[in-house]
Amino acid sequence: MSIEQIITPLMGGILIGLAVTIMLVANGRVTGISGIINGAMKRVEGDTLWRVAFISGLISGGLVLFALKPGVFENTTGLGFGQIVTAGFIVGFGTILGSGCTSGHGVCGISRLSPRSLVATITFMFFGVVAVAVVRALTGGAI
Amino acid sequence: MKSEKSRARAAVAYLVGFVFAIGLGLAGMTQPQKVIGFLDVMNWDPSLIFVMVGAIIVHSLAYVFIKNKKSPLLDAAWHVPKSKEITPRLIMGSALFGIGWGLGGLCLGPAIVSLGSGQQSIFAFVLAMLLGMWVFNKVEKALPFKK
Repeated sequence: MSIEQIITPLMGGILIGLAVTIMLVANGRVTGISGIINGAMKRVEGDTLWRVAFISGLISGGLVLFALKPGVFENTTGLGFGQIVTAGFIVGFGTILGSGCTSGHGVCGISRLSPRSLVATITFMFFGVVAVAVVRALTGGAI
Repeated sequence: MKSEKSRARAAVAYLVGFVFAIGLGLAGMTQPQKVIGFLDVMNWDPSLIFVMVGAIIVHSLAYVFIKNKKSPLLDAAWHVPKSKEITPRLIMGSALFGIGWGLGGLCLGPAIVSLGSGQQSIFAFVLAMLLGMWVFNKVEKALPFKK
């Protein structure tokens, strides 16, 4: 494992940690992406603008990354359309049922030592490992 | 009428989204093969561990200072979840999310950020994800779980 394989993800993680800290200090909110998106769709008076602004920030960041460093969007998985759409649907449904995803539970909740978030993170990691193992077994190892 | 504070909160949220996106890109979270590699016990790519380590170290240290403050800078009260109850709903939802995460190699934030790359498969994933949320909200009352 090269030093770059440690330093670059660590830098990315530190930026994510800074971002969620700014959200908490200034707005008093957890940066849980599933909750922010779901709340934006509900369009509650006075609780929509910041959500839309956050999502716009994510998209703007994506556009800037694509302009400067398009390699970060490399996708070599070659997954079929059916698998992608199934994954997207389950991710959307599951994160709202489970009140959070990698950002809300995995980063914000664990940092606060929330027992719910610890359990959620262990659960989604475990089932992620199972899903990859099952797909690997069914496709004969090619992922 | 939007209050000045609500505009300021939106400006902060935009900045947070932007920095978060750059962080996800650097972290490798926008490359589905990296996420799948991280979840693959047969051929493990541990690099994404360092994303969580970096984010959690920064945020947990900051949280020690933040938690004793009376209120956030731009709002009258905190909006941090307080529930401690481990419910079947939490487990079921997290399990489903994990399965989807492993199947597609994408979670919500990286998917939204990757829209900027214009790939069709990302648009398909995001639309399906929004549909999943919409369906959940429609059927929530019929589900045998409480929050």
